[in-house]
Amino acid sequence: MDAAQQLQSLTWSDAAYLAPEWILIAFMIVLAVLDLFLPRRALTGWLTLAGLLTSLGFVIWRLTELAGATPQAGADGQAVSGVIRIMADSYRIDYFSSLLKIIFLVATALIVLMSLGTVRKADIPDRGEFYYLLLPAVCGAMIMASSGDMITLYIGLELLSITTYVLVGIRKHSVQSTEAAFKYVVTGGISSALILFGMSYLYGITGATNLGAIGEGLKAHAIDFPAILYVAFFFILAGLGIKIAAAPFHYWSTDVYQGAPTPVTAFLAVVSKGAAFAVIFRIVYNLAFYSSSPGKPVADDVFLVLLILAAAAMLVGSTMALRQYNVKRLFALSGVANAGYMLVPLGLSIKGMHASGVGEFIFYLAAYLLMTIGALTVYAVIAKSTSQEDVGGFAGLYYRAPWTAAAMIVFMLSLAGLPVTGGFFGKLFILLGTVQSKDYWIAAVMVVSSVISYYFYFGLIRQMFMRSTNEADVEVPATSGIVIWLCAAATVALGIVPGPALDWINSHFSLVNDLFISMG
Amino acid sequence: MLADLPILSLITFSPLLGLLVLLFLPKQRSRWIKVTAITATLLPLLLSLWLYADYNGVKGGKPYEETATWISTSLNKEAVGDVSSYTLELQYHMGVDGLSMPLLLLTTIVGVMAALASVHIKKRWKSFYIWFLLLEVGMIGVFLARDVFLFFVFFEMTLIPMFFLIGIWGYMNREQAANKFLIYNGIGSAIMLLAFVFLVATAGFRADPLPDQQQMHLSYSGSYDVIGSNLADKDAYVNMPQLAQGADNPLYLSDRMHWVIFLLLLIAFGIKLPIFPFHTWMLKVHAEAPPSVVMIHSGVLLKMGAYGLLRFGVFMFPSQTHDWATVLAILGVINILYGAVLALVQKEFKLVLAYSSISHMGIVLLGIASLNEIGLHGAIIQLVSHGFISALLFLIVGSIYARTGSTELKDLGGLARSMPFLSGVLLTAGMASLGLPGLSGFIGEFLSLLGLFDSMRVITGIAVLGVILTAVYVLRSVLGITFGAVPERLAAVRDVRLVEAVPMIALLAFIVLIGVYPAVLTEPMQHGFDTLLQQLSEKAGR
Repeated sequence: MDAAQQLQSLTWSDAAYLAPEWILIAFMIVLAVLDLFLPRRALTGWLTLAGLLTSLGFVIWRLTELAGATPQAGADGQAVSGVIRIMADSYRIDYFSSLLKIIFLVATALIVLMSLGTVRKADIPDRGEFYYLLLPAVCGAMIMASSGDMITLYIGLELLSITTYVLVGIRKHSVQSTEAAFKYVVTGGISSALILFGMSYLYGITGATNLGAIGEGLKAHAIDFPAILYVAFFFILAGLGIKIAAAPFHYWSTDVYQGAPTPVTAFLAVVSKGAAFAVIFRIVYNLAFYSSSPGKPVADDVFLVLLILAAAAMLVGSTMALRQYNVKRLFALSGVANAGYMLVPLGLSIKGMHASGVGEFIFYLAAYLLMTIGALTVYAVIAKSTSQEDVGGFAGLYYRAPWTAAAMIVFMLSLAGLPVTGGFFGKLFILLGTVQSKDYWIAAVMVVSSVISYYFYFGLIRQMFMRSTNEADVEVPATSGIVIWLCAAATVALGIVPGPALDWINSHFSLVNDLFISMG
Repeated sequence: MLADLPILSLITFSPLLGLLVLLFLPKQRSRWIKVTAITATLLPLLLSLWLYADYNGVKGGKPYEETATWISTSLNKEAVGDVSSYTLELQYHMGVDGLSMPLLLLTTIVGVMAALASVHIKKRWKSFYIWFLLLEVGMIGVFLARDVFLFFVFFEMTLIPMFFLIGIWGYMNREQAANKFLIYNGIGSAIMLLAFVFLVATAGFRADPLPDQQQMHLSYSGSYDVIGSNLADKDAYVNMPQLAQGADNPLYLSDRMHWVIFLLLLIAFGIKLPIFPFHTWMLKVHAEAPPSVVMIHSGVLLKMGAYGLLRFGVFMFPSQTHDWATVLAILGVINILYGAVLALVQKEFKLVLAYSSISHMGIVLLGIASLNEIGLHGAIIQLVSHGFISALLFLIVGSIYARTGSTELKDLGGLARSMPFLSGVLLTAGMASLGLPGLSGFIGEFLSLLGLFDSMRVITGIAVLGVILTAVYVLRSVLGITFGAVPERLAAVRDVRLVEAVPMIALLAFIVLIGVYPAVLTEPMQHGFDTLLQQLSEKAGR
C-alpha cells in the first residue's frame, strides 16, 4: 500500500464511524462562538453536557452494532473479527476502545454536571471556556483509546494534554492554579518528550509507525536489537508513567491536583489517567509482547517492570497519603495508589490460566471513576460553603448533611476496598488474577497497601462522624446531589451484583481481536 | 413447614426490617427507636430458636442449606483454549451445621441482651441502633455463610459498624481504640482474603465435561464445599503436581503452599481470637467501647475468630492442624497463663475481664488442639459459655458504671449492701467464669482439658495451673467489688432497674442451663465433626 492509497482511504463511510469524535469537536466550535452571545454561562455547561451525551449515544450505538455483528467463537476458538479499522488501521473501533470511550464520556458528563452547581464565577472567570474545553480534552482521550498508530496516538495525547494545561490554569487569579498549570506544562512536556524518544527507537528498528506493523517487525527482528528495545520501552513507560502518575513519576500530581479547580482534578484523575492506561495497554500488548526471544526476555522484563511500577505506586501512594491533610493532595496520592492497582492486571500479562487482565482493568476503572468523582463532588460541595481545603472541612458533616455523609461512607469504603462496593470487587478480581498467574508477591503488596489506606480513608470518616463543628449546614446543589447519588448507587450496585458487568466484558472482549493489531 | 421457608436468610436479614423502620423514625423519639431496635433483635432470636427446635427434630436428615447464584461471570477464555465456558462462580450459599448452630444461638441471644443493655447509651440513639442492627446481620451471616467470599463480606460487615460503635459511643480514648480495632482487624481480614483468593484460584477449580460434547466447563468456585472436597480429594487438580500429559499443573498447591495458606488463616483468625501476640487491640476495645458493644465484642466477635479457625483452618487443613496440634496447644497455654497473670494485677475491672477473655479463649485453643470429639465439643461449649459469661459480666459493668461513674477496682466496694441483686448476679457470673461445676464455664473447661489430656498430658497439667489462677483473680476482683467497706459516695446507689434485670436473669439462666444440661449444645453438634475426625484417623492410619 503506498502513501497515496493511504491518504485516500478516508471515505465518507469511514468518516461516519468517527461520529462520536466529530460531534465533540462540532459542539466545541459552536459553543466557542455561541459563548460570545449567550447570556448565561450555565447554559454553555448544559450544552456541553448535551454534546457529551450525544457522543455517548453514538458510541453505545456503535458498540451494540459491534456486539450484534460479531459472530460467536468459531469451532477453532477464534472469534471472527467485528472490528472496524479505518485509515490503514491507524484508527480502530473495537470493544477495548468503545468501552473506554464510554467510561471517559460518562466521567466527563458527571464532571460537567458536578461543575454546574459548584463552580463559582469568582473562582473561574471564564466559565464558558471551562466547559467547552472539556470537549476537545475528552476527544483526545478517545483518540488515544482508539488509535492503532503511533502518530494518531501522539495526536490524541497532545490534544488531551494541551487542553488540560489550560484547564488546570483556568483559575487565573489564583496563584496556586497558575503554579499548578506551569508545573503541569513542564512535566507534561517532559513526558511527551520521553514518549516520543522511545517511539523514535521503535520506528528506527522497524521503519513503521503502525503498532501492528511494528509488532510484526519485532516478531521477526527483535532478537537483533534487545538493547534498543529496552531503551524504547522504558522511555515510553516512563513518559506514560508520568501521565498515569505512578510512583516514582507522580510528584507533579499533588501540586497540580491541588491547584486545579476540583472538576478538573476529577478529570485528570479519571479521564487523563484512563487514556494513558489505554495507550500502555495497546503498546505493551502489541509491541512488548512480541519482543522476546530465547535468552533475551525483553517482554518478561517489561512486564516485570510494570509490576514493579505498580508495587511502587501502591506503596508510595498509600504511605505518603498517611501524612496528608489537604483533601485534594490526598486524592492525588490515592490516585497514585489506584494507578498501581490498575497497573497490576497490565503487568500480569497472559500466562498460566489468566487472560482476563483487560476485563479486570476496565471493571476497576469503572469503579474508580464512580468513587473518585463521587468523593470529589462531595468535596466540591463542602469547599463551596466552607472554603476549607484540608480534611477538617469534613468535620461534623454528619450533622451538616447526613445523607451526603452517608454517600461519602460508600465512596470511602469503595476506595479502601471494603465490601459491599465496586472497589472491593475491582480489587478482588485483580487479586484473583494475580494468583491465577502465580505472581503472589504483587498480591501481597496490593493487600498491604489496601490496609495502609484504611487509615486515611477512615480518617475522613472520623472527621465526618466523630468531630463536631460550628460550621453551618451544607447546601447541596441539585446537580451535585444527582452526581453524588448516581455514583453512590452505582458503586453499591457494582458491589452487590458485579457479575453482569464483568461477564459482559469478558464474554465479548477478545484479546486477539480487540487489543492486538495485526496487519493481517 | 420450616422446610419451605428460606429460614437461614430470614434469620440473617430480619434485623434489616428494624433498620428500615428506624430510618423513618424521627431522631428525637428515643423510646420508639429503642423499642423498634429491641424488637428487631428479637426476630432473629425467635427464628433461630425455631430452627434449633426443628434441627433437633430431624437429626441426620438433609442439611439446612440455601443456595442461589450470586456472581457467575465468564473469564477470558483465550488462556485456556478450547473449552465451552470458563467462569468464576460465587454462590449465595447459607448453611447450618453442628458447628454453627450453637454459635448462631449465642449470637441471637447476646444480640437481644446487648440491645436491652444499650439503654445506657446517651446520644444519637438512631444511628447507634442502625449500626447495631447492621452489626448483627454481619455476625449472623458469618456463622451461616458457606461461600468464602460471602463469609468475607459478612466478616467485613461486622468491622465497619464496630468502628463506628466504638469511635462514636465509647469512653475518653474512643477514637484511638476504634483506629486500633480497625487496623488490627483490617490486617486480619486482608490476610484472610489473601488465603481465600489462593484457595479459590486453586482448590476451587473444577473441570466438568459437558454431557454430550467433548468440551469442558471450567470454573472457579468460592463454595466452601467445593474447596473442602477438592482439598481432601487426591484426584482433584489441586493435588496433582502434573497433568495427565506430563505438563506442570498450574493449579497444583504444593505442600509448602498448603502450609502457607494454613498459616495465613491461623494469623488472620488468630488476630480476631485473639492469640497472644496479636491481642493488644482487644484490650483497648474492652476498655473504651460502651459496655453493650463490648458484650457483643467479647460475647460474639471473638468467637468469630475461633469459628473461622475451625471452619477454614482445621476443617480444610486437617493434616496441617494435626502436625501443629502441639503448637496450637502451646499457644493456648500461653494465652491462659498470660491472661490469668495479667488479670491478677489489673486495677481496672474492665481490664480484668479483658485479660480473663484472653485466658478463656486459650482454653478454646486447647480444645481445638486436642483434635478429638471430646475436646472439640469442649471448645465449642467454651465458646458459647464464655460468650454468655462475658456478655453478662459486661452487662453488669455497664450497670455499675451508669451508677458509680467508675470501674476502677479501688473506687468500688461493698456494693452487696446497696445493690444486692446486682452483686448476687456478679458473684454467680464470677463463679461461672472461674469454672464452678454446675455452671457453663466448668463444662467447657473440663471437656477441653479432658480431650487434650489424651495426647498432651504435660501441657494439660500446665493449663490446669492457669485455671487455678483464674479462681484467684476472679475472686479478688469480684469480692473486692461486692464486699468490704462501702465508700461514702456509693452508699446511696440504687439497685438495677427491671430493664437491666431481665437480660441479667436471661443470661444467667442460659449459663445454668448449659452447666446443668450441656446436651442442649452437644446434641446439635453430634455429627458436626464426623468428617474431620474421619480424615484425621485416615491420616493417623496411613
